[in-house]
Amino acid sequence: MRYPFPVGKSDFIQGDEAIARAAILAGCRFYAGYPITPASEIFEAMALYMPLVDGVSIQMEDELASMAAIIGASWAGAKAMTATSGPGFSLMQENLGYAIMTETPVVVVDVQRGGPSTGQPTLAAQGDIMQAIWGTHGDHSLIVLSPSTVQEAFDMTIRAFNLAEKYRTPVVLLTDAEIAHMRERVYIPLPEEIEIVERKLPANEEEAKYPFGDIHGDGIPPMPIFGKGYRTYVTGLTHDERGRPKTVDAEVHERLIKRIVEKLERNKADIVSYETFGMEDAEIAIVSTGIVARSAIRAVKILRERGIKAGMLKLNTIWPFDFDMIEELAERVEKIYVPEMNLGQLYHLVREGANGKAEVKLISKIGGEVHTPMEIVERVVS
Amino acid sequence: MYLKSAYEIRDKYLRKDMLPTIFCPGCGIGSALQYTLRAIDDLGLNPDEIVWVSGIGCSSRVPGFVNFDGLHTTHGRALAFATGIKLANPDLKIIAFMGDGDAAAIGGNHFIHAIRRNLDITVILINNFTYGMTGGQVAPTALKGLRGTTAPYGQFENPFDIADLAVSAGANYVARWSVFNYLQGINSIKKALQKEGFTLVEFLSPCPISFGRRNRMKTAPELLRWYQRITVPISKAKNMSPEELEGKIVIGEFVDRDRPGLIREYEEYKKRAKRMMGWEE
Repeated sequence: MRYPFPVGKSDFIQGDEAIARAAILAGCRFYAGYPITPASEIFEAMALYMPLVDGVSIQMEDELASMAAIIGASWAGAKAMTATSGPGFSLMQENLGYAIMTETPVVVVDVQRGGPSTGQPTLAAQGDIMQAIWGTHGDHSLIVLSPSTVQEAFDMTIRAFNLAEKYRTPVVLLTDAEIAHMRERVYIPLPEEIEIVERKLPANEEEAKYPFGDIHGDGIPPMPIFGKGYRTYVTGLTHDERGRPKTVDAEVHERLIKRIVEKLERNKADIVSYETFGMEDAEIAIVSTGIVARSAIRAVKILRERGIKAGMLKLNTIWPFDFDMIEELAERVEKIYVPEMNLGQLYHLVREGANGKAEVKLISKIGGEVHTPMEIVERVVS
Repeated sequence: MYLKSAYEIRDKYLRKDMLPTIFCPGCGIGSALQYTLRAIDDLGLNPDEIVWVSGIGCSSRVPGFVNFDGLHTTHGRALAFATGIKLANPDLKIIAFMGDGDAAAIGGNHFIHAIRRNLDITVILINNFTYGMTGGQVAPTALKGLRGTTAPYGQFENPFDIADLAVSAGANYVARWSVFNYLQGINSIKKALQKEGFTLVEFLSPCPISFGRRNRMKTAPELLRWYQRITVPISKAKNMSPEELEGKIVIGEFVDRDRPGLIREYEEYKKRAKRMMGWEE
């Protein structure tokens, strides 16, 4: 397989470019999108690369259509992705819910910018955390990943495809304008260095009869893709194990929705990923994610130099959320600070997780600039 | 033309465990479905290679009743989903079964853009001037003066002519019939299924319960007689003045051409990309 970019070596590239290259290495062969700042470079890179690797890149009429097209492509057997920013992500919520309901593996990149509405197109924000988790309607669950560096944007894109395929669910890669446009050195691995997960297909006709049934006891039904003779019917309506609409049957609805939610909840240990810095003896914890985590790590170093026992928890996944882990952390420290580029979204989750065991304080900043390390330090020492 | 019995078509193509259908007495969707299945049968197409796609509404429940791969999606988005399926696996033949609201209102943008791209797909469009499933609200195809629950005093907006719209947007094949033009209907679907690019067969379809009841046509026969009155064959319409055509609906074949479809265009595009990058001669 020939790649339209160098593999097995480092390159100095933007976050958006890293995401596009990672998607292609992860096996993505269908991209549908609609241009929006600051996510457009992902599309532009995909438009450049996809025809060369016999994939498809298509500019749809809007974000609703882009999300719909990648779901269709996934049912036709392709690994599929779209990318957008907050306003476009809002438009995708309808069909994101459809992907959750029909257990369709797809990857959606949301490069956050300042909102609400068209807000600040060219500046970074972390205002879509709640939208990513709860934006679509009804009881549901999905996976949300959050990179802090361009290298992480690359690595997490591959992971997003793997998790989507493994758990038959949409995965949101929640990044921001800062990472999207920042150039950093990224190692682009050789294809053989990457672990690729493929979706579970039905082993036989019998298995294919239950495209929404927990036939293996792991909550993840094999996915009978179209054109294989299985005659699968997929609907966004509440459906039974065979995919038949059962819209007024309370039991069927409960069984379906609980399985969809629980297949991720019970695999938290596999999905949830985080890193800690100096947490061993910490009395103060800083919990953050995405671009702000970089300032927070520096802040921890400065605080340590000043004799304050600070530690840092960097969340690489935002959902599923490990509330228990936060509670354990809260039991060990006096205060938790949550710096984030919004008026408090991650803060809600951390406070719920802390469960009153430690004081949780928000360090909020909006308007487009990332917190400087000193801004975090000053709030902690004040 | 020899017609197989309806039972034979039913037994061959419908999911028996899904029957009875949700359709009301006098509804025309079953007829349009039967014509589509007869066309598939007559052409000897392999059901394993056909995917049915739909949006929301009465007509969009059809993919659930037929024993094929099917994607029952969100309101108006059927063609956007279909674009993904077709481009990801061009070997699949796609039939979109959709309603007037699906195609012309909430899905209007997807509709014109799928046609502009000449997406390789056959659309069977059920036009009953109303939102049947949600209880008889007025559709953007409703002729002026027709009543719906959201236009209780009669529609005051201009209607969309879906077939006209499809021709202008660039479809390769567009035909419109009412569901009682069964031979023309079946023949049009057969033609549509064999063509490259975007093909549309629109059916004026009776909805006595949600639509007819509010417009003094409580039964299917009354609606059929009304369709007979308001439809004008395209050959005759050519010699009629705009005044004479006021309130009438033209039926027949509107266009039959062979512009390259999206799949062929994209295959060419891929080759061009590789040539321009020096990957291929």
